[in-house]
Amino acid sequence: MIAINDAQLLRLAWPEVIVVATALIVMAVDLLLLRGCNTRVRFSLAAGLGALGCAGAIVRILLAHEVANILNGVLLANPLTHLVQIALLTLTIFTLLLSADSSFTQHVGEFVLLLLAATAAMMFLAATQDLLVLFISLELLSLSLYILAAFDKRSAQSWEAALKYYLFGGMSAAFLLFGFSLLYGLSNSTSLPLIAAAIHGPALNPLLVIAIVTTAIGLGFKVAAAPFHFWAPDVYQGAPAPSAAFIASGSKVASFFLFFQVMAIGFAGAEGTAALPNFVRGWVPVLALMAVVSMLLGNLVAIRQSSLRRLLAYSAIAHAGTMLLAIVAHTQQGLAALLYYVVTYALATLGAFAVIAVVEQQKGDDQLSNFDGLYRQSPVLSFCLAIFILSLAGIPPLAGFFAKFYLFVTVLNAAPGSMGLLWLVILSIVMSAVSLYYYLRVLKRVYVAAPAIGAVAVRTPPLSQALVLLLAAVVVLLGCAPQLLLRYIEAAIRVSGL
Amino acid sequence: MMLAWTIYISFLGAAAMLLLPKDSVASARILALLTAVVGFGITLTYFLHHRTGEMLTIVRVPWVPTLGIEYHLAADGISLTLVLLTGIIAITGILFSWDIENRSKEFFAFYLLLIGAVYGVFLSYDLFLLFVFYEIVIIPKYFLIAIWGSTRREYGAMKLALYSFVGSAMVLVGLIAAYVVAGAKSTSLSQLAHFPFSLHFQIWAFPLVFVGFAILAGMWPLHTWAPTGHVAAPTAASMLLAGVVMKLGAYGCLRVAMVLFPLGLGPWGVHVFGLGSWRDVFALLAVIGIIYGALVALVQKDFKFVIGYSSVSHMGFVLLGLMTLNQIGISGAVLQMFSHGILAGLLFAVVGRMVYARTHTRNLAALNAMNLHKIIPFAAVTFIVAGMASMGLPGFSGFVAELMVLIGVWRAYPLLALCVGFGLVVGVVYIWRAMQKAFFLSAGTVPAPPNPPLPPITFPERLGAVILITSSVLIGLYPQVLLNVIVPALNSPLFDGLRKGSWQ
Repeated sequence: MIAINDAQLLRLAWPEVIVVATALIVMAVDLLLLRGCNTRVRFSLAAGLGALGCAGAIVRILLAHEVANILNGVLLANPLTHLVQIALLTLTIFTLLLSADSSFTQHVGEFVLLLLAATAAMMFLAATQDLLVLFISLELLSLSLYILAAFDKRSAQSWEAALKYYLFGGMSAAFLLFGFSLLYGLSNSTSLPLIAAAIHGPALNPLLVIAIVTTAIGLGFKVAAAPFHFWAPDVYQGAPAPSAAFIASGSKVASFFLFFQVMAIGFAGAEGTAALPNFVRGWVPVLALMAVVSMLLGNLVAIRQSSLRRLLAYSAIAHAGTMLLAIVAHTQQGLAALLYYVVTYALATLGAFAVIAVVEQQKGDDQLSNFDGLYRQSPVLSFCLAIFILSLAGIPPLAGFFAKFYLFVTVLNAAPGSMGLLWLVILSIVMSAVSLYYYLRVLKRVYVAAPAIGAVAVRTPPLSQALVLLLAAVVVLLGCAPQLLLRYIEAAIRVSGL
Repeated sequence: MMLAWTIYISFLGAAAMLLLPKDSVASARILALLTAVVGFGITLTYFLHHRTGEMLTIVRVPWVPTLGIEYHLAADGISLTLVLLTGIIAITGILFSWDIENRSKEFFAFYLLLIGAVYGVFLSYDLFLLFVFYEIVIIPKYFLIAIWGSTRREYGAMKLALYSFVGSAMVLVGLIAAYVVAGAKSTSLSQLAHFPFSLHFQIWAFPLVFVGFAILAGMWPLHTWAPTGHVAAPTAASMLLAGVVMKLGAYGCLRVAMVLFPLGLGPWGVHVFGLGSWRDVFALLAVIGIIYGALVALVQKDFKFVIGYSSVSHMGFVLLGLMTLNQIGISGAVLQMFSHGILAGLLFAVVGRMVYARTHTRNLAALNAMNLHKIIPFAAVTFIVAGMASMGLPGFSGFVAELMVLIGVWRAYPLLALCVGFGLVVGVVYIWRAMQKAFFLSAGTVPAPPNPPLPPITFPERLGAVILITSSVLIGLYPQVLLNVIVPALNSPLFDGLRKGSWQ
């Protein structure tokens, strides 16, 4: 029996502890002191406090450079996990700031509590390679997200979305648990590296095939890859804007990092290949298939959407397909490309949701027709929206373009000397041409269409405006100087290994 | 270093537009004009100082060291020629948009953004950088047409954007594949050009990249964006589209596709329908483009469509010139890029600004009844001059360029040269027909003078027309100005692969 050093465990979990403590403090402050204030004030204070807590956790991570691996990966600390945790905390801060202007609920403390609980769960998720901890964190994250999605009690849509999310989520958790139990049975371990060592063999065990498929289904649900995407459009549309933004950004980053780790580390040795012309059975072809379906379905269905949130949901499915390609590559460079892609994607999506939140508050909903002539009503907001949308479309010099370029390069690099994965890259590039069509339709509304008769200027709350401008600036900056972020990602991966 | 400022100054101008107060139409125009003039001035100065045509690095700094991407700008004679063209078109385009009143700030912001990106493409020596600029062009192009355009503008704009994007997607696939095959160490043009890609790779990568670029150059049968886009666009945007954006495609074909994959032009070893290589295929498509464009221009009812299709026809000469693979043919092609840029700009200016903006119709029959040569004689004269140049009359730039291409073709594909001759004849006819119908009352037609009377031709229009005609005549009378820099550029080490391969 290995002795666990409690003090070390606590020391490693300090950032998470800070986040959870902040959550409790915010809850207490909101319940005890702010009961009588109006929602605006409560939201601003609670979000501010929460953001401070997250910032504190970031500082703690930056100051403590401890590298550790407790109990074969139950809790990890290395530059890579730190980097991912910082990214997650940053996205949470943005989400909190985004929520500061909202008024959809009276339960401010609970909202921030859940948001921070989800953040703590994501941080644990990023810092473990053990199936049990992984599953528990994932459930904590999911349960928080279900409630966050349902938080707008006045809206039936929000309820419906949350119920759908919950039902599909429960089912996918069952799949995931089933896959994990098979893995445990095959390897007698819950640690990903040990599992990989145990399942390594020339032929695929049929049980392993089932484990691969069920795990892929469970995790595919988390990242909203087709055909496990059914919850996404409803949740994106129904959930309150900050919740939807959080689900679309922070939880995406965590889920993709987790997906990559489980596949590349846990199933190492059972890869197979998706390179033409000789497929080999393994998890890579399964993921390649998911990627292809996601890219096709997401992009083609997005064309028909008339609500901006649903459009973003389908485009998210398409992006998930593209990001899966990085897992298909499963190299160190692939992980770097994936992280760069998912972070910049999250920033652009967050920005888009911030704009949507402002427009919705003034006009009721997110129908595309509400964006007609937005440039006249709020030039700054429209300009930033254009940047986010074009970044999602992958137009240079914005971050989305470099992310795509880097990802494609790594996918082709994954099979040295052969162009076997070229077909996936070609498909993805062709689909991005399709995506330009629907993204341009949004911008056409904003810049070309005349505003509806009687439309007044859109009043943007200063905080939202600052947030949107900041996000837009970051998206442009990361596009023009990718090295700013890439440098850290590469260094972290080089030091920490996969 | 100085030449890089053409890019920066255009982008700065675009940004400055957004800072102008709300309803400042006049200052927006003047600021735009100043920006364009300064850009052209820089180019001209540089041109006069570097008349050897060799490749000179302007800026070179690491950009994304992880991937070996550099921010590397350089210019040789070919880029210089086209940068010069961009400067001229930028200035005259603004002169011909003096009448834009609706959202003029944004118009000129998009316009300058487009110009800056075009400069960027011509000056990029790093392929990643080139691609970045190449894609930036798409977005302002879309908005210029969708917001300020006419006939079916949203359709035309979307079609143009999607065609361009599909083209650049093909280019991207080819570039990424080349970059990875070469070992993923550098995206520098010369490094990749000197990498010995296998024949098998070049045989599929060459057509991919070439067609990707050629879509923007209006290669038949992927030209259909061009007429609709040109017609839908506002005058300045048509001038830019035909004047420089189509050249981006042709430039990419020469600078990227042919330089990177020279073996892709070589014979396949088998003959399919008498075609033995991609070179034959593209030469044939170019000739079809020349004849098809000319024939379709012959039967158009819309004045602007005539010019739109004539662009397809003339760009066919460029692509054909490239496929001759001999020095005179390719230099002719580059010269034709310049010449067509100037002439297409002029023709679109006459049709879009001088005629359509006044009469609000482009229907040739309706124009015919107005007997325009009496009312706006300057427009008629300009069109006749531009038409003569476009037909290829000696003394204008078109003559020299097309003659050189023809000589090149004669050496490479004697049979196709005859077909091109036919295309030239049709070229004379459609210009003649358009000229007669648009400006001169036909016998037997009841005159219907426009009501209310048309405003006279303004000074900016006259100035713009004079600049363009002068440029064309100058190059027509003394083509050595440009050839002196183009030919040494073609003989530079960058084109080694092409020369050693199938050069004749």
